[in-house]
Amino acid sequence: MSNEGVDGNRRRFLTAATSVFGAAGAAAVAWPFLASLKPSARARALGAPVIADISTLEPGMRATYLWRGQPIWIVRRTPEMLASLDKVAAQLVDPDSKTPQQPAYITDKSRALKPEFMVMKGVCTHLGCSPILRADHPAPEIDTNWQGGFFCPCHGSKFDLAGRVYKGVPAPTNIIVPPHRYDGDTVVVIGEDPKTA
Amino acid sequence: MAITPNPYKTTGALGWIDDRFPLTKMWKEHLSEYYAPKNFNFWYFFGSLALLVLVNQLLTGIFLTMHYKPGAETAFDSVEYIMRDVPWGNVIRYMHSTGASAFFVVVFLHMFRGLMYGSYQKPRELIWVFGALIFLVLMAEAFCGYVLPWGNMSYWGAAVIINLFGTIPFIGPDLVVWIQGDFVPSDATLNRLFSIHVIALPFVLVGLVVAHILALHEVGSNNPDGVEIKKNKDPATGIPKDGIPFHPYYTVKDLVGVAGFLILFCAVIFFMPDGGGYFLEAPNFTPASQTNTPEHITPAWYFGTYYAMLRATPSFAGTQIWGVIVMGAAVVILFFVPWLDKSKVKSIRYKGSLSKIALTVFAINFVILNYYGLQPPSAAVQLISQIGTVIYFAFFLLMPWYSANEKTKPVPDRVTE
Amino acid sequence: MNLLMNQTLTRLARAAVVAAGALVANLAGANAGVELLHFSADSGNAASVQRGARNFMAYCSGCHSLKYLRYNRLGEDLGIPDDVLKKNLMFTSDKLGDPIKVAMPAASEQWFGRVPPDLSLETRARGADWVYTYLLSFYLDESRPLGVNNTVLAGASMPHVLWELQGWQKKAEHKAEGEHDGGHHGGSPFEKVTDGSLKPAEYEAFVVDLVNFLDYASEPGKQARISLGLKVMLYLFGLLVLTYLLKKEFWRDVH
Repeated sequence: MSNEGVDGNRRRFLTAATSVFGAAGAAAVAWPFLASLKPSARARALGAPVIADISTLEPGMRATYLWRGQPIWIVRRTPEMLASLDKVAAQLVDPDSKTPQQPAYITDKSRALKPEFMVMKGVCTHLGCSPILRADHPAPEIDTNWQGGFFCPCHGSKFDLAGRVYKGVPAPTNIIVPPHRYDGDTVVVIGEDPKTA
Repeated sequence: MAITPNPYKTTGALGWIDDRFPLTKMWKEHLSEYYAPKNFNFWYFFGSLALLVLVNQLLTGIFLTMHYKPGAETAFDSVEYIMRDVPWGNVIRYMHSTGASAFFVVVFLHMFRGLMYGSYQKPRELIWVFGALIFLVLMAEAFCGYVLPWGNMSYWGAAVIINLFGTIPFIGPDLVVWIQGDFVPSDATLNRLFSIHVIALPFVLVGLVVAHILALHEVGSNNPDGVEIKKNKDPATGIPKDGIPFHPYYTVKDLVGVAGFLILFCAVIFFMPDGGGYFLEAPNFTPASQTNTPEHITPAWYFGTYYAMLRATPSFAGTQIWGVIVMGAAVVILFFVPWLDKSKVKSIRYKGSLSKIALTVFAINFVILNYYGLQPPSAAVQLISQIGTVIYFAFFLLMPWYSANEKTKPVPDRVTE
Repeated sequence: MNLLMNQTLTRLARAAVVAAGALVANLAGANAGVELLHFSADSGNAASVQRGARNFMAYCSGCHSLKYLRYNRLGEDLGIPDDVLKKNLMFTSDKLGDPIKVAMPAASEQWFGRVPPDLSLETRARGADWVYTYLLSFYLDESRPLGVNNTVLAGASMPHVLWELQGWQKKAEHKAEGEHDGGHHGGSPFEKVTDGSLKPAEYEAFVVDLVNFLDYASEPGKQARISLGLKVMLYLFGLLVLTYLLKKEFWRDVH
C-alpha cells in the first residue's frame, strides 16, 4: 500500500458525487415508504363526499351526517335564530370569523352559504367533544344572555347558533365549517367545494 | 467512571460518547482498522449483499405489516389491498417478495464461496456453523412468509410442509394438529405463522447475523488463496502485509456490488415481479380453498433441492419418515463440513483434482436437483432425484476420504493477485 | 479394486444416460392438457383496455365482479372523466370509490350451479393465454345443461354469453375427443354453425380488448410500475458508473 500519485481532488470529487447521488437515491427510496402511510384508496373512498338531502329538514331542527368519521350538522335556522346572532356578538371571541375556521368562500357573518342552513362540524374546538344543541332560551344556567347555541358538556365551552365561540371558555376558536356545496336547492354535498364557474 | 481522555483522544461530542460507549472502538475494529485480505474476488460480494437484502426485508416487512391483516378471512384481501389501495403498496410488496428470492440466490452463492475457498476450516468453524444456522432459520422464515398471502398455493404448501411432521412415529398426527392449532391449516395456523414470521424469527436471524460477523471479525476473513494474512505482518505496524482496511477499500468495492445487484434486483421488481411464476406463483392469485388443490403443488423455488430429496425417498416399513429424515439430514450435514474436510489446504485453488471434481459435480447436481424438485412427479423425475440425492450426500460423506487422499499444490506465503 | 471402480463407473454412466433421456422426455411431455393459444396481454394499450372495460361492463359485469378494482381507479388509470364513468360504466353503484360488484342477485348459484367467480385476478391466476383461449372455445354440446361446453374448461357452467357476437360453433368432426392441435396447423378445431353479429376477426379483436382489460384489472399499477422501473434503471446505471470510478480511484492505493 502506498499513497504515491494519489489525486486528492479527484478522490474528493468522486466521494462527494457518489455521496450526493447515493443520498438522493436513498431519499427517493424513503418516499414510497412514507407515502404508503397516507390514507389508502379505501380510506379515501370511505371519506368521499356525503350527499345530504335537506328538503325534509324542519325549521329549527338539526340533521347529523357522518363525513370522514366525524359528525357534520346541518341546522335549519329560523329567522328568529338568525336574528339572535347579532345579540350575542359582543360576547364572542371572533364575531366576524376572521380566523379561517371556515372555507374562504364562506364570507357571510352567519357562516353559511345560505344563512338558513348552517353546515358545521359537530366537534368542539377545545378537545374534540361533541357539543349539545341548546336552542332553548333563556337558559341562565349556561349564560345570562343565552340566545340559543351549542354547549359542550365536557368543559363548558359555549358557541352561538353560527358556531362562534364565547369569550372566557376553554375552546379557543369557532367551530369548523367543512367544505360543502349545494347541488340544486335542497341537496348539500359535504366535502366538496362549490364548482367555480 | 470511564478513563478520560479516552484511548482514541477524541474530543467534542464524539469524545463525550467515546468516554461512555465504544463508538470509535467499534468503528475501528469493524471497519477502518479491520484488515481484510486484498485479494477478494467477485465471490466476496455476496456477504454484504445478504446484509443488504436482510435490511430490505426488515424495512419492507415493517411497512407491509402495517397494512396486512393476518386471518383466513382477511389475509388474501389485505394483500390485494396493499397491491391496489395502499399508495406504493405494490412496489413495497414486490420488494419484499422479490427480496425473499434474492435472499436465497445471494445466500446460495455465499455458501458456495465458503465451500470453494474452505472458509469453514480452522479457525473459522463457528462462522460456518452460525451461517448454517442462518440458512436454517431463513428457510423457516421463508416458509412462514410464503403462507401469509393465504392464496391457494400458500394453503396447500402449508398443508404439505406441516404434514411432514405427521410422519414422526406415534406423536406425528397429534403433533400436526398441535402445530396447526386446528385439524387443517386454518385461521389459527395463519396467525401463529404470522407471529413467527414477523417477530420470533427476525429476532433470531438478526442475532445470528451479528454472531456470524463478530466471529468473522474475531479471526479475520479468509480469501481465495486460503492464506492466513495474519502470519505475515509488518513488524513495525503489526498490520498484515496483505491486509487493507475494510473501510474505505471494501466499502467502496462493495458499493459497486450493491449497484450491480440492485440493477438485477430492481429489474425483477419492476419488470417481472412474478419471476416467471417462480417468485409469485399463479395459483396464489386464487384465495385459499380447502376443496381445490392446485394441479401441481410445488414449494417455493428455493426449496426445490430439498423437496426433490423428500420426494426421491421411498416409504419403507410403513412410514414416509425417511424422506423427511433425508431432507433434514441434507441441511444438518452442512453443520459438519468443517470437520469433514481433512485437506491440508483451504482453497480449491490448491486442492487436488478430486476435490475440484467433487465440488463441480456437487454444484451442478444441486441445480439439477432444484429443477427437478419443482417438476411434476414422474418415474423419471423420481430416478433423477434419487441419483441427485446420492450425489449430494456423497459429496459430504466422502469428503474425509477425497480431501485427505489427494495431491495438493503448495500454498504460497502471500496472497496472489 | 480397479475392476470394482470400472463397474461403478459403468453403472454411473448408464444412470447418466437414463437421466438424460428422462430429462428430454420430461421436457417434451410438459405440455399435457389442452393447447392454449398464445396471447400476450398488453394493458399498456389504453384504447384497447378502454374498449375492453366497456365490453366487460356490458357483457360480463352482470355476473362477474371485479371486487378489488374501484370505479374511480379505473377512471383515473384509463382517463375516463367521472361523469362519463357514471353514465356509461357504473351500473351497480353510484359511488365512484366503490369496487365493481355484480348486478346479479345472490340467487345466481342456483342458476349456474356455482357463483360466477370474481375476475379481478383471473389473468394472473390462470394466465392471459387461458382466458383468451377460453373465450374463443365455447362450442355446442347437447350433453350439457345449457347446451354449451368449452374445450379449455370442460364442463364449464358458464353459458356462452357472447354468442350473439360470435355466433355458434361446434367441434370439428374429424377430431376425436381429447385430441388437441389447437391452431397449430392453421386449422381451427371448430366449425361454424351460425354467424354472429361480428365477423370472426372482429370477435377476436373484441376478445383481445376484453383480455387486455382483465390484464389491466389484475394489476392496475402495472404500467406505472414499468415506467418507474425505467427511471430506476437509469439511476442505478448512473450509480454503477460512479461507484465503479470511486472504487478504481481508491484502489489505486492497493498494490
